[in-house]
Amino acid sequence: MLEVTVGGEPDPATGMVLDLKQLKEILEREVMERMDHRFLNYEVPELAGQIPTCENIAAVIWRLLDPKINSQAGGGRLARVRLWETPDLYVDCYGPREAGDGDRADGAGRAGKDGLAR
Amino acid sequence: MKLELTRRYAFSASHRLHSAALADAENQRIYGKCNNPFGHGHNYVVEVTVTGAIDPATGMIANLSELDAYVTQEVLEPFDHTYLNKDVAAFRALVPTTENLCIEIFERLKKFPGARLARIRLEETGRNSFTYAGESNGSGT
Repeated sequence: MLEVTVGGEPDPATGMVLDLKQLKEILEREVMERMDHRFLNYEVPELAGQIPTCENIAAVIWRLLDPKINSQAGGGRLARVRLWETPDLYVDCYGPREAGDGDRADGAGRAGKDGLAR
Repeated sequence: MKLELTRRYAFSASHRLHSAALADAENQRIYGKCNNPFGHGHNYVVEVTVTGAIDPATGMIANLSELDAYVTQEVLEPFDHTYLNKDVAAFRALVPTTENLCIEIFERLKKFPGARLARIRLEETGRNSFTYAGESNGSGT
């Protein structure tokens, strides 16, 4: 289950932070078409070389959605990606950290080996 | 990337809200039914949120089985099916409100070695919950 949170001021004319129809199309195109019913290890190029943990998938989804949502009309900005792996486990992604905190620039965990089932 | 991992756990316990600092009538007025002398039970849900960089080798912020084992040892085993007022030392002199229970759980889990504890969210019922992120956590979470 994926929860996408967009923040911002409502547009004065429409009263909306983001056009929900636009958001639905972005989610369909960027996430569903790429990941739904896929074998994440092999079929999603954005995850190539990464172990498809909930953390890594959430970070990939952030990077896919952030530019698309932020380029829409109005001030809506991607605020949070919450990816539920099971009813008792989820990961929140808030985008790149501030500089200088020691995290990788691309935010991705890379590994040369498979394994480590959850 | 700023990432947080949240795991949900459940335990059941009973408590009575009664403050030694207050007269019986005051306790009754403030806590109402929760001041019943024989206590009452809750099915608590604890959300434990940890944060940190993804380990490049594992792709994970924290090893879930290590987190599960730590929470089980520090919180679930000592609290599940207990009467918090008597069975948990911290609540012999402190009212076991869900606020105080939330802080107690944070204090018990903040030394988890596998990742940094960001906050605890404790559901007392489906309609109320409490969140504690420590005293000096800044705006990091």
